[in-house]
Amino acid sequence: MDVIILQILNGLDKGSAYALIALGLTLIFGTLGVVNFAHGALFMLGAFCAVTLNRLLTLSFTTVDETRTDFLGNPAKVETPYVEAWFGPEVGGWMIEWSVPLAILFAIPIMAIIGLVMERGLIKHFYKRPHADQILVTFGLAIVLQEIIKFYYGANPIPTPAPDAFKGSFDFGVLLGFDPLTIMYPYWRLVYFLFAMVVIGAVFAFLQFTTFGMVVRAGMADRETVGLLGINIDRRFTIMFAIAAIVAGLAGVMYTPILSPNYHMGMDFLVLSFVVVVVGGMGSLPGAVLSGFLLGILQSFASMPQVIAVLPGINQIIIYLVAIVILLTRPRGLMGRKGVMEE
Amino acid sequence: MTKSNITRRGVLKTGAVAGAGVALPTIFTSRAHAYTNEPTGSTVTLGFNVPQSGPYADEGADELRAYQLAVEHLNGEGDGGMLNTFSSKALQGNGILGKKVEYVTGDTQTKSDAARASARSMIEKDGAVMITGGSSSGVAVAVQALCQEAGVIFMAGLTHSNDTTGKDRRANGFRHFFNSYMSGAALAPVLASAYGTDRKAYHLTADYNWGYTTEQAIKESTEAIGWETVNAVKTPLGAGDFSSYITPVLQSGADVLVLNHYGGDMVNSLTNAVQFGLREAQANGKDFQIVVPLFSRLMARGAGENIKGIFGSTNWHWSLPDEGSQAFTRSFGTKYGFPPSQAAHTCYVQALLYADAVERAGTFEPCAVVEALEDFEFDGLGNGPTLYRAEDHQCFKDVLVVKGKENPESEFDLLEIVEITPVEQVTYPPDHPQFAGGSLGSCNNGA
Repeated sequence: MDVIILQILNGLDKGSAYALIALGLTLIFGTLGVVNFAHGALFMLGAFCAVTLNRLLTLSFTTVDETRTDFLGNPAKVETPYVEAWFGPEVGGWMIEWSVPLAILFAIPIMAIIGLVMERGLIKHFYKRPHADQILVTFGLAIVLQEIIKFYYGANPIPTPAPDAFKGSFDFGVLLGFDPLTIMYPYWRLVYFLFAMVVIGAVFAFLQFTTFGMVVRAGMADRETVGLLGINIDRRFTIMFAIAAIVAGLAGVMYTPILSPNYHMGMDFLVLSFVVVVVGGMGSLPGAVLSGFLLGILQSFASMPQVIAVLPGINQIIIYLVAIVILLTRPRGLMGRKGVMEE
Repeated sequence: MTKSNITRRGVLKTGAVAGAGVALPTIFTSRAHAYTNEPTGSTVTLGFNVPQSGPYADEGADELRAYQLAVEHLNGEGDGGMLNTFSSKALQGNGILGKKVEYVTGDTQTKSDAARASARSMIEKDGAVMITGGSSSGVAVAVQALCQEAGVIFMAGLTHSNDTTGKDRRANGFRHFFNSYMSGAALAPVLASAYGTDRKAYHLTADYNWGYTTEQAIKESTEAIGWETVNAVKTPLGAGDFSSYITPVLQSGADVLVLNHYGGDMVNSLTNAVQFGLREAQANGKDFQIVVPLFSRLMARGAGENIKGIFGSTNWHWSLPDEGSQAFTRSFGTKYGFPPSQAAHTCYVQALLYADAVERAGTFEPCAVVEALEDFEFDGLGNGPTLYRAEDHQCFKDVLVVKGKENPESEFDLLEIVEITPVEQVTYPPDHPQFAGGSLGSCNNGA
């Protein structure tokens, strides 16, 4: 029993990331009709927003400390971050320690700009083109973004720790009446899950309860009619693209303490996120969220040694197996609507 | 009107004769060459095949820095580094056999096929007479086999799998770096005294040749001191998130986790293990422990403070007090501003050892170089007295057992040396079961 609870918990954080990326993908597909293969790269860029803020906050000046020596026996150079010099070690140290949550504020405008530039600069030229063209151009864009990041940040993962307050793990087992230390769950993963729920809730509320959201939903259902009513639906869809970019970016920012970011982390998530979208049903936002969590949890069950012992390699293919089964039995996915990609 | 004398038959005849004439000199010259890429001018070209992209790019960059430093020193520039401390005095700082050393580089991308392609191009296009480098055992084994076929010497860089000088050993290939067996033999006694002999171990193992031999070596050496192996699970290379592999560990009844991972995988799996509270956990009435058989400073930097107090083994560390290590750290640190990694050290030493062997053999001919390296004993290169064993082309020297430092004094000061395990303790017979199934064959001069 405890093993099962543990694997469900384990699936939650990965499922949260899948759900957030798949939500953005579905938003873009539902509004603009574009299959965006650069969405994983947006997730990766979000993670590097956190890395960049951390680097900015730890920008240091060098002083020579005559009392100590470095590895060559010369007087040691001591690096002091500017923020510690400006705001005092207390506040400066706090800012560096909390750089990941602070990066949320940093990432929102940056991801919005990246999203707008991407949509206006490149993707809008591909609205009328076949999906294959869209996939090629966005995939190419993803590779370009990756290589840019690799050039500036190197190929190795960059550790970006969570604030000290969220280090360590929470003993779920005791809460549920098991022995201590049977079900441990890191605090930060709990934070990530809650954060994902808040973001998902905010996106749904935005679409459901604002006039803007209503227009967008109407546009998703029938773009032409909404256009005929004199509403500039294109501009709203552009803004939705930026929102989708922000959602992917925030998913990346908060994921950095779980997985040290590297340049190809986006690709690792992208392919799976597409499967998530397909399983959930193309164009269905609740479907994307639901299947994100579902596949995250399934994947973590499939990685259990007991399961691998029976079915070697199952952890690598479980998601695709599920996708095949679902597409055979429910060709539109779990919550797919009629008429999407079926003309 | 002129009458043309050209006939079809005539053209064919002339063509055949001319073709043979054009081909003749190359036939003669290639016969005149006793071996592949014999340097005829005033320079000699070495091929540095390192990962410049991919997950081991940081190691690769450090290896390249070391090679550039070695070339400087061989050509008599800079402060000479380890040339001054090397026990063999054959090298004069005037290149190799009086020829100025030049080099070409290739990118292995940490992939066997890409590594073979770049090595082949350096041999065939650039005329490299020796290939060296690499930061993965998969790559090392593949490139070593290629060099054997092509008839050039391969001086392996960072490769730790037993296979490189075990079942996949080749006569033209040489390894200075230590191996999985040596890690196990050096670590086990230290683990026994630190954690006791009644322990239950759980292995997570990278799913390729290095992971397999490391798991086997650590398993056999820890079982010999009385530990029990509860489970050993293979993890895919570059799994990213290891949490679903980590969480079953606490329920398995194990009280030690052995991470047979390297590079980015090790950084991620160790970070996950710490996040899931393994280091604070208690199992079987003891503190839970984590062991990382192969440590590097570059990895330690990636893992941050998670590394503190964790035991592992390493080939070399810049803080070693011997003359050779200090000379190398000084020239590397002065040139680049930070101390060299173990990858940089082994590559620098390999370049020097090759040059020295050529100098002593008096020729670049691969078989003569092989002979000069076989059973060569040397000192002053940072690991104490060392033997290049003839039977398997493996270096035998002391091994360092290290621990993540609790209170580092600088960003480079991440590992502390716990013990220098003497060479006798890590030496094994050439036909040891962990190395069985391979044979060197005979050396190949190529061409």
